[in-house]
Amino acid sequence: MILLLVAVGAAVGAPLRYLTDRAVQSRHDAVFPWGTLTVNVAGSALLGFLVALPADGAVLALAGSGFCGALTTYSTFSYETVRLAEGGARLLAAANVAASVLAGLGAAWCGMALAQMAA
Amino acid sequence: MTVAVLVLAGGALGAPLRYLLGKWIPTAFPWGILIANVSASFVLGLAGAGVTTGWLPGWVLALAGTGFCGTLSTYSSFTNDTLKLAEKGEHRSAALNLVVTVGCGMIAAVAGAALGRAI
Repeated sequence: MILLLVAVGAAVGAPLRYLTDRAVQSRHDAVFPWGTLTVNVAGSALLGFLVALPADGAVLALAGSGFCGALTTYSTFSYETVRLAEGGARLLAAANVAASVLAGLGAAWCGMALAQMAA
Repeated sequence: MTVAVLVLAGGALGAPLRYLLGKWIPTAFPWGILIANVSASFVLGLAGAGVTTGWLPGWVLALAGTGFCGTLSTYSSFTNDTLKLAEKGEHRSAALNLVVTVGCGMIAAVAGAALGRAI
């Protein structure tokens, strides 16, 4: 049952990541992976919020492990960073790591703080 | 539209597998997520290079890359787990999770891409 909830959440989160990435990347010509950064930061904030509420097990499986887990991605972050570095854009690669880590942690913290204020 | 369906199908498989990895390895340090993120980075590197060099058809990247690897790996759990470790006072574990995930994720993506180009 829990696995099904995770799969259903992911079935929404993963296509939404794909569509968000396309929408964000089509707005500018830059090689910087703004789309992945956007979904990773948004998903980190939402998961922080859900965990700090705390939401119950079924909601966490559906919206946390499923939706947020699939909306965000680590493999694309690694892959895009490596592609930037291999293409000679070392500074952008380093900036992507720094921005993703700092903004991701900051977003998770903000999500948690918001849930604690709401509780 | 077809691409979004491929992403959905791959995504509905990757996320439950990540959830099971976390259940099978119930340690305080998030080994399950680390393993999921590093292995997905490797497979995405492999698939990306496979499509670029032509031995894999393009749709595989949507199904196995954006879909499966995208949801097997996750960014939201990585940031939230790191933050929780830090808030519990386990600063060394938090720093270790950050450095090992970023380092191994990129090494895995490079290794996967190198293998993909060698095939």
